[in-house]
Amino acid sequence: MSATAVSAKPSENLNIVIVGHVDHGKSTLLGRLYADTGSLPDGKLEKVQAICRQQGKEFEYAFLFDAFLEEQEQGITIDTARTFFIWKGRQYIIIDAPGHKEFLKNMISGAARAEAALLLIDALEGVKEQSKKHGYLLSLLGVRQFAVVVNKMDLVGYRQDVFEGIEKEYRDFLGQFGAVPERIIPVSAKLGDNIANRSQAMAWYSGPTVLDTLSLFKKETARSEQPLRLPIQDVYKFDARRIITGRITAGRLKIGDHLVFSPSNKRANIRSVEAFNIEPSPTGGEAGQSIGITLDEQIFVERGEIATHQAQLPLVSTAFRANLFWLGRRPLEKGRRYLLRVATREVDCEVAAIHRIIDTMDLNQQQGSSAVARNQVAELTLRTKAPVAFDLSSSFEATGRFVLVDEYDIAGGGIVTELVHDDQEFLREEARRRDFAWVKGEVGIEERAQQYGHRAAIVLVTGGRHTGKSFLAKKLEARLVADGRHAYLLDGENLRRGLDADLSDGERGQTTEMARRYGEVARLLADTGLIVVSTTNPFGMAYIEAAQAIRTLVHPTPVIAVHMSKVPEEAPPNTDIVLSGPADFDAATRRILEELKRRGVLAQAIGAKPTFQYSI
Amino acid sequence: MKHLRQLEDQSVYILREAYKHFDNLAMLWSMGKDSTVLLWLARKAFFGHVPFPLLHVDTSYKIPAMIEYRDRLAREWHLNLVVGQNKEALAAGMNHTLGRVICCTALKTNGLKQLLEQKGYTGVILGVRADEEGTRAKERYFSPRDKHGDWDFRDQPPELWDQFKTTFPPGTHIRIHPLLDWTEINIWEYIKLESIPFIDLYLDKGDGTRYRSLGCAPCTTPIKSTAKNVDDIIEELRHTTVAERSGRAQDEGRGMELLRKDGYM
Repeated sequence: MSATAVSAKPSENLNIVIVGHVDHGKSTLLGRLYADTGSLPDGKLEKVQAICRQQGKEFEYAFLFDAFLEEQEQGITIDTARTFFIWKGRQYIIIDAPGHKEFLKNMISGAARAEAALLLIDALEGVKEQSKKHGYLLSLLGVRQFAVVVNKMDLVGYRQDVFEGIEKEYRDFLGQFGAVPERIIPVSAKLGDNIANRSQAMAWYSGPTVLDTLSLFKKETARSEQPLRLPIQDVYKFDARRIITGRITAGRLKIGDHLVFSPSNKRANIRSVEAFNIEPSPTGGEAGQSIGITLDEQIFVERGEIATHQAQLPLVSTAFRANLFWLGRRPLEKGRRYLLRVATREVDCEVAAIHRIIDTMDLNQQQGSSAVARNQVAELTLRTKAPVAFDLSSSFEATGRFVLVDEYDIAGGGIVTELVHDDQEFLREEARRRDFAWVKGEVGIEERAQQYGHRAAIVLVTGGRHTGKSFLAKKLEARLVADGRHAYLLDGENLRRGLDADLSDGERGQTTEMARRYGEVARLLADTGLIVVSTTNPFGMAYIEAAQAIRTLVHPTPVIAVHMSKVPEEAPPNTDIVLSGPADFDAATRRILEELKRRGVLAQAIGAKPTFQYSI
Repeated sequence: MKHLRQLEDQSVYILREAYKHFDNLAMLWSMGKDSTVLLWLARKAFFGHVPFPLLHVDTSYKIPAMIEYRDRLAREWHLNLVVGQNKEALAAGMNHTLGRVICCTALKTNGLKQLLEQKGYTGVILGVRADEEGTRAKERYFSPRDKHGDWDFRDQPPELWDQFKTTFPPGTHIRIHPLLDWTEINIWEYIKLESIPFIDLYLDKGDGTRYRSLGCAPCTTPIKSTAKNVDDIIEELRHTTVAERSGRAQDEGRGMELLRKDGYM
């Protein structure tokens, strides 16, 4: 116990979590860390040793930690709440140890906040179930800085072969999911071998002690060197400035940078970086910072989009494959709807497939499950209601992970392992290429909206034959124009005879190409600032497929989908208004106008300048 | 000072999440060092603006200098100040001699509950720190309270990465804690870094005492200290072995645990 204590409290903190199988020596290790760093109150060690002598039992460092906790409960020592010790100019905060009842939930919440972890393995017992589960979860949670501590080496005679056996077994296990520990350290927490002081009994080990390993952990990672990722958190207009805020999760940016927002494909340059009480005002920002920027162009961008540089765009899809751990009160079920949150994006999703439940003991498969129970880990595919921008977790941490909300609570979390190609992929890629090459005039979409008093939008009426789609569309167009809006009826018939005149009858029967042409025309009209009223008439009964393609091509223009049918039937996905049975066209028109207001396309009162909802 | 900017970035992120998700949001301001730093962070997050009301639950027993300081900053920073008071309890003569927990419950906990109910706030931002005392260490950044304002710290929803609990059943509300990771030293370091105006009750003005934590006049006692400026305070805190809230009578016994379970800040 020759380690010298540092008495003054430093400014830098590092949050660490200690995990591992029960009884593998966590309390003993903590007791030893407190003692060897001189973090115990004066006389504490002697006092506990005396009590042990009195009661005729052998002194253990675990008692010391327990007594320390007890004392903290009584509020005698300073910093009563969180246990910590100080070592070489840094304060190590031990995140609340998992309780007895909700072990895994607390372990996960704790580890998700940790900057580094120590994982304990008992040398005598070897690698156990929790050793593996915790190792796997640390990796899933993104705790990349961790060390494995092989404890109780005294009980195996400090044998190098025992240590190396455990090291090999555990490294092999971690290697299956690409996790690499900072160090694997043989120790005896009880006797103080390799905690603060090098072990005399294990001369064969030349690596650092536990405390030296903690010093190796870095406060920051190299996220700033990655390509830029800035998930948009909110857009503010408190004064003359229109400030786009967010936390940079990777990379860096500076004034003048050209940003692309995904999935909307909008683009603009950074005009300024805004800050309060910072002199001189900043010219850039980097990973970790919560920043605010203004753009050189007035474009609508929303919370949930990810700003990047054009050369390294995020992925965009409505589906991805993921590894997930579930903590919900009720099981995760295939087909049920959940709220998905990826960075700042929130969107409805459903579980399209549960591929397997992962047995964390041997990473083996258990197939054929339709539900994931509490505390289980699973591999699954999620399908979202609208396109989402994200990354693979192997490339980007923050934009490659997500949580699922069930009812009111966060009930599970996971990492994105693979993009799943959806049927809109080719059209989406076409839209992206087209948007990037789009030649803009001096007048932007926002200026047009200011001028017209409303935003551009597409009202898309779907349904079978003779359900009154055209009639409703004409009525709606007339009403909008009478109200002073700029609206236009796009009828498929007008495309057929003109734009589509080059197509053969056979080609005209192909929904894909027809919908593509129709979607591009709608996109063009929306860019002029119009509210485009259209029907899926030209596509007959293939309206579901067509509506999907049109949505992809006009994205991110708001689409108000209205479905009409004579008898109740299932409407296409994401329909906003369902009208079945004999139609009351005036009531239907009113409902669509209401929906246009709700979506922020129309201002609340006719004639008034719209107060745009920047973050609808 | 990099560690202070990291704490600032996290707090600003939390404040912006709160503003985004809660239509009826308010921030508690007791004029003490922590909630004043919190107020400053709100000005950081919203670029000089504070887009929600600041609530002060006035027990009528505050030190007069605190009220003057409150009104001055409210004026200078254009704050929307909302003052609540449990007038019924005061009219009935409530004071600390009737019992500290009883008095705190009536004037602060119930005063706050009344205010929340009247105004229908669904999100309340508070300046509590995890290192202050035991129960606060168990807090989440976004912490749900039930219909009675009670807190079940044994069964809290998980909080993963930067995803917080922002949805809640009707009738309940969420307490938001942007300062959870800050320590007492960090608060003073930040006050120094940003030159944030604070009440001089925290300084020794010649008699060898100062307040380390501020509350109601009858239940808060100054500590022995010769710290005459922020640097002195930071230096003192690096070496002290006395608990921050040792001058706060409400912490005696299990007072704080009982108070917080019932909805105390």
